[in-house]
Amino acid sequence: MSAEAIQSRREWLLSDRPASRLQAKLGRAYVAWRRFSANRLALVGLLIILALVVVAALADVLAPYSPTVGDLKNARLLAPSAAHWFGTDDLGRDIYSRIVYGSRWTLYVVILVAIIAAPIGLLVGTVAGYAGGWTDTILMRITDIFLAFPKLVLALAFVAALGPGIENAVLAIAITSWPPYARIARAETLTVRNSDYIKAVQLMGASPFRIVLRHIMPLCISSLIIRVTLDMAGIILTAAGLGFLGLGAQPPLPEWGAMIASGRRFILDQWWVAAAPGAAILIVSLGFNLLGDGLRDALDPRSGDQ
Amino acid sequence: MSVAENQAAAGRGSARAVAILSSLGRFLVVAVTTYLGLLAVTFFIGRVIPIDPVLAVLGDRAPTAVVERTRREMGLDLPWIEQFYLYVKAALRGDFGTSVLTTNPVMSDIRRVFPATIELATLGTLIGAVLGVPLGVLAAVKRGSLIDQIARIIGLIGYSVPIFWLGLLGLVLFYAKLQWVAFPARLDVVYEYTFTPITGFYLLDSAMQGQWDVFYDAYRHIILPAALLGYFALAYISRMTRSFMLNELAQEYIVAARAKGLSETRIIWGHALRNAAVPMVTVIALSYASLLEGSVLTETVFSWPGIGLYITNSLTNADMNAVLGGTIVIGSVFIAINLLSDLLYRLLDPRTKVG
Repeated sequence: MSAEAIQSRREWLLSDRPASRLQAKLGRAYVAWRRFSANRLALVGLLIILALVVVAALADVLAPYSPTVGDLKNARLLAPSAAHWFGTDDLGRDIYSRIVYGSRWTLYVVILVAIIAAPIGLLVGTVAGYAGGWTDTILMRITDIFLAFPKLVLALAFVAALGPGIENAVLAIAITSWPPYARIARAETLTVRNSDYIKAVQLMGASPFRIVLRHIMPLCISSLIIRVTLDMAGIILTAAGLGFLGLGAQPPLPEWGAMIASGRRFILDQWWVAAAPGAAILIVSLGFNLLGDGLRDALDPRSGDQ
Repeated sequence: MSVAENQAAAGRGSARAVAILSSLGRFLVVAVTTYLGLLAVTFFIGRVIPIDPVLAVLGDRAPTAVVERTRREMGLDLPWIEQFYLYVKAALRGDFGTSVLTTNPVMSDIRRVFPATIELATLGTLIGAVLGVPLGVLAAVKRGSLIDQIARIIGLIGYSVPIFWLGLLGLVLFYAKLQWVAFPARLDVVYEYTFTPITGFYLLDSAMQGQWDVFYDAYRHIILPAALLGYFALAYISRMTRSFMLNELAQEYIVAARAKGLSETRIIWGHALRNAAVPMVTVIALSYASLLEGSVLTETVFSWPGIGLYITNSLTNADMNAVLGGTIVIGSVFIAINLLSDLLYRLLDPRTKVG
């Protein structure tokens, strides 16, 4: 493509009189992307998350050994080497292969928590904000109550009652993490609920249900995405903590937190058993934090540097 | 002062009093509903989620007559709203039932282990605040400089690292390799029998009794977990301090102070930091609350006999009374700190309009 073609495409994207909805949308996305990609750390974060997705998708190709069946006879607690990059654990399993497969469980947890918690928060927040009055008071009181709870301890109690397991850990984390989303959605709803376009839709006879669903919720999405991305690291750390305490994923699942727990017994002599999965958690959480910061700066310029 | 001015001052005074009263009232309403909410959730977890609490106590081989009797004794034949009422009443008395594991009332167990957690979290918050506030201030003043970058990296890693993993690495390095700190416990075994704690805060107790060898030993045991918690507090406190300070430094009174010829040191530490003090208190209180909660993981790693270890030990033994009692105690303290710091913020900051 010639330089002029690129130039004219850029002009088309940045045009202040877009001829179609598509052009307007693409133009806005382009502006946001330019702001986002100017931030090198945010790009690093994006790369880490993309790498996580790729590793999870190609785990069968990338992992040289089975994640669950080890060589008990010959390969117990071997130090890192060319054959086993991160060493082996007490059951003779290759730690690198387990970490590669563990990426799937990390993605599983964050995606499920986001899918459960974000819509709950969105629904509670928009309904409270649009309805106002008693509905608002009651819903926000409940939100505040949940917001004041200690998340980890409550998740712990939930899992203790539901029984250990990765599904219950996801449920427990989701139950404790929706309130901030409700707060954000309500704040966004309050800023638009008295605007002219909502009044216009009301005059056209749209039902409150339709207004909330079609005209208010879409406006809350971008701040919600930023907040969810920023929360991802916390979700990963809580899930890993539950796994470490033996309440999350159960053996032989290669979940990173549970891997650290099993490496704890050998920490003084075979430190690599616990070291590698912890480093994996650190890198992925760091990725989500960098990505979240970058998205916030790109999509929400109001918050600026703080 | 003229009559009119007097009246105006009295009016302002009473408006202030009304504002204070209304924020106290709001505080009470919020505190009561939040605490009731916490009890409702733990009640739900303890009574509704497990298929049958009787089964959990007796096992599945008990004869029907015994099951029926136990069900009545546990009050499970009552309507659930009445059960909840009894539950709240018992919880307000501090009665969380008996621990299956230790056979003691849960509350007396918690009273025994809680000082260890408080001691650890307090020292951790102190470390975090003493280092985090100056770091945040410097990062804001020299924005974009090397120290700002370092503060940012410290903060990012603090938000991203699993605390239990960092604790394990700390043990490998400082205990096993360098031998700077003692093994995971509160005291060496020798002192466990010769030392009688008074308050349960070992550093304080040993210093009060003049047993400096015990003090040094307690210090060698607490310093690593406390430093670890301190790091997490530091990550949060320095980030928030930086943001508050940036906000203050952009205000016009800073320009005015510079125009008056005040030294930079005085402008930064005397004026800007003082104005940021109120939200800072809130931040430090919140980080204290989150360290109390985070004790569950840290105490497991360091075998620290506090409430976190108590909860996790009870978890592995399916001791639900102890788990829920511990959850309620940590939850209550967490809620109290949260709401008190919010109240403090409203009362101290004249800009927060009340009512």
